[in-house]
Amino acid sequence: MAEASQLTLELEGVTKSFGSVAALTNGTLRVAAGSIHALVGENGAGKSTLVKVVAGVHRRDGGTFRFHGKDVDFHSTAESKSAGIAVIYQEPTLFPDLSVAENIFMGRQPLGRGRRIDRGRMYAESEALFQRLGVRLDPRRPARGLSIADQQVIEIAKAISLDASLLIMDEPTAALSGVEVDRLFAIARSLRDEGRALVFISHRFDEVFALCDTVTVMRDGAHVSTQTIAGTTVDDIVAQMVGREVAELFPKTPAPVGDVVLEVGGLSSAGVFHDVSFQVRAGEIVGLAGLVGAGRSEIARAVFGVDGYDAGSVRVLGREIPSRNPRAAIRAGMAFVPEDRRQQGLVTDGSVARNVAGVIRRGLTRAGILTSGAENRAAGPWAARLEVKTNALDMHASTMSGGNQQKVVIAKWLATEPKLLIIDEPTRGIDVGTKAEVHRLLSDLAGQGLAIVMISSELPEVLGMADRVLVVCEGRITAEIDRAEATPEAVMRAATRTQTHSGEQGDSEKTEVPA
Amino acid sequence: MSTATLNRPDGAPARSYPAYHQPLWRRALMTREFAVIALLLVVFLYSTVSIPNFDGPLTLYYLFLDIAPILLIALPMTMVMITGEIDLSVASVVGLSSVLVGVLHQDAGMSIPTAALVAIVVGAVCGAFNGFLVAYVGLPSLAVTIGTLALYRGIAVGLLGTTAVTDFPEKWTDLAKERIFGDGTSYPLILVPFLILLVLFVWLLHFSAFGRGVYEIGLNSEAAHFTGVNVELTKFWLFVMAGVVSAFAGVYYTLRYGSARGDNATGLELQVIAAVVLGGVSVFGGRGALHGVVAGAVLIGVISSAMRLEGQTVNLINIVIGALLVLSVISTSFLAWVSARLPARGRGRGASATPSNSAGTRPLNQ
Repeated sequence: MAEASQLTLELEGVTKSFGSVAALTNGTLRVAAGSIHALVGENGAGKSTLVKVVAGVHRRDGGTFRFHGKDVDFHSTAESKSAGIAVIYQEPTLFPDLSVAENIFMGRQPLGRGRRIDRGRMYAESEALFQRLGVRLDPRRPARGLSIADQQVIEIAKAISLDASLLIMDEPTAALSGVEVDRLFAIARSLRDEGRALVFISHRFDEVFALCDTVTVMRDGAHVSTQTIAGTTVDDIVAQMVGREVAELFPKTPAPVGDVVLEVGGLSSAGVFHDVSFQVRAGEIVGLAGLVGAGRSEIARAVFGVDGYDAGSVRVLGREIPSRNPRAAIRAGMAFVPEDRRQQGLVTDGSVARNVAGVIRRGLTRAGILTSGAENRAAGPWAARLEVKTNALDMHASTMSGGNQQKVVIAKWLATEPKLLIIDEPTRGIDVGTKAEVHRLLSDLAGQGLAIVMISSELPEVLGMADRVLVVCEGRITAEIDRAEATPEAVMRAATRTQTHSGEQGDSEKTEVPA
Repeated sequence: MSTATLNRPDGAPARSYPAYHQPLWRRALMTREFAVIALLLVVFLYSTVSIPNFDGPLTLYYLFLDIAPILLIALPMTMVMITGEIDLSVASVVGLSSVLVGVLHQDAGMSIPTAALVAIVVGAVCGAFNGFLVAYVGLPSLAVTIGTLALYRGIAVGLLGTTAVTDFPEKWTDLAKERIFGDGTSYPLILVPFLILLVLFVWLLHFSAFGRGVYEIGLNSEAAHFTGVNVELTKFWLFVMAGVVSAFAGVYYTLRYGSARGDNATGLELQVIAAVVLGGVSVFGGRGALHGVVAGAVLIGVISSAMRLEGQTVNLINIVIGALLVLSVISTSFLAWVSARLPARGRGRGASATPSNSAGTRPLNQ
């Protein structure tokens, strides 16, 4: 099976950097025709970058890339598509107002007489494709309103109609129910039996073991191992995914733990998270760990009030905070550094001063008048404390690096002198030096009695910084682990919850109904 | 040195920043607003020197009388457009308010002040309806206000038909044309309420926390929401303001021409938007300032009255103003291009004056 001529895809030592950040240092993946190959790894292990290199979204910096035994180098997704590579993303991007058939044949509609689009043939071919996949879908209906599972089927149909010989599925099951997963697996197996190669990216080990033949583990942008599924176990794979020393990088100095600052009780939002309860005390850093899409950020947004929730309560220092009211949350002493710096954290076309003074500006008003001078005087010291690197306070945030932008966002919230800081992905996309600064800062702040909720997809960061780790999986808190017991394996296991996939799904739907 | 910490006592922060990265003259002169002001001065001086009768007192007097509604409505329109929205219904509110003043005065026997007050309240309601649909229902303002443009105009015409109310007390129609400094001077009395509103709107937009929120909504409404700006309420109030000021302009319009008609001020919304855009407000939101907008409105007025004195037709005047508008939009990109080329020198100086900041130096033109 591993004979070179039968390999559909061969990647060997592929590297890719974005600026100073190396996303891939040794991307290696060999996928044989007629097999389903699992690609697993933590968030940020480089799986997506690898896929994007194959799909032609990114060009590799180095390494070999062979497709059907020939060296290739794709400059665009169109090139990779025409070569026979199809990528199906977690949330397909269809044109919602076009029909199912039009989506499948977008850009290559069958033409009839006088170069008019031959709708009849388009519908007939779509029907044939769906029949082959064993699904019932009306090619004439618009894509809008289709379930994610059905949208994926359309993407797969498109791939088959293009006669793709390699299908890459990036976490296709994340949003699917048990029945839909079974249908997808049946389709995947039939495609394998036709001799196509499939790459399956998933965080759910039960699915990996049920579906795939071979598994490749990646960590920190590099290939760790490739094994047959029959020859490995879940424990082996988890150990290979996280195998790295955690201790040194992230120093959290122990701080005296004080009173309860934040108390979240029974917070639920239909279809997003369910019955979330936890407490955070002064001087404590609580880590919210879990996979991307598990609902961590959504919980944080609801607590701060930028999103609403259906049931439950949020209390700060004993006082209940109204839902959907960020201003009330700010008044109560909450600060929220959101996940998406450029879209949510700051106004990139605004000046450093206006961004830093953005939340406290009401307090800077003297005799009803707010001047730029007052904003500059207030913003300067906070920018200085965080060592923001900028020429002047009127420079736009868009001219700054990611790390500096993050410092501006943190400065803006520390200026409110909060009691509770919720910080979502504190170090995403920032350089190593700034990262260490942010970690030291968070540790300092906790030492001064601030309560901190830290959401992070980087397991080592959570394990190094947090006094307690709450693991979120599919919208629920599935484990609460103390610092002493927090091992990568324990967190990963709770975050992937291998045993529960189909069983609990039904349960959660049952509990949702009355709410 | 590279440690971010809070442990430092309040005094003596390790680093201090200059407030501005460019010298004052460049911040003041290299702006879109200044370009409009400069153009206004040039056109004004040229007209004074070379167009007969332009320097007479009547020219400026009629110029201000004519552009007063534009100047007034441009104030709230500027704020609405800085949030990235638009209000096309303002001229219809002017018409509705005009008709209401006429009908309430003639048929209901109300005094002019009472009728004006009712008209302004109705203007507020019209604005609130726009604001509710845009801010809380989440409809695009372009669509909503195209709809209410027709709706409010329709109500105005429906109330009065094709007739006009022209029977107003001379005391009030004269007041609308009164001059501030007595007979023979150039400044009509309507400039007084305009200046009061100007001070109010300058404070609101440029010197209040509310105004900072207005810019943030235009630049990135999601970030504004995450910062605690009440995006919906802010937009709602801006539309209410547009309704109130438009209704006030309608009262003035009625008294100035002594005539309340359903089709009064038809098309005025485009003149207001032209002045606002000429003054440097971005139709995408987030950019603009009131001094530019005022200069833009006056510039349009000066050009039309100068050309009229020259004996040009309205068509030619419209062509010139239209061309100017297109050029002004192009000039924004041109100014940005110049700004991107110039700093090489200016920043070099700035960086050597504050060496501690050299690490933060980044090209502006990326």
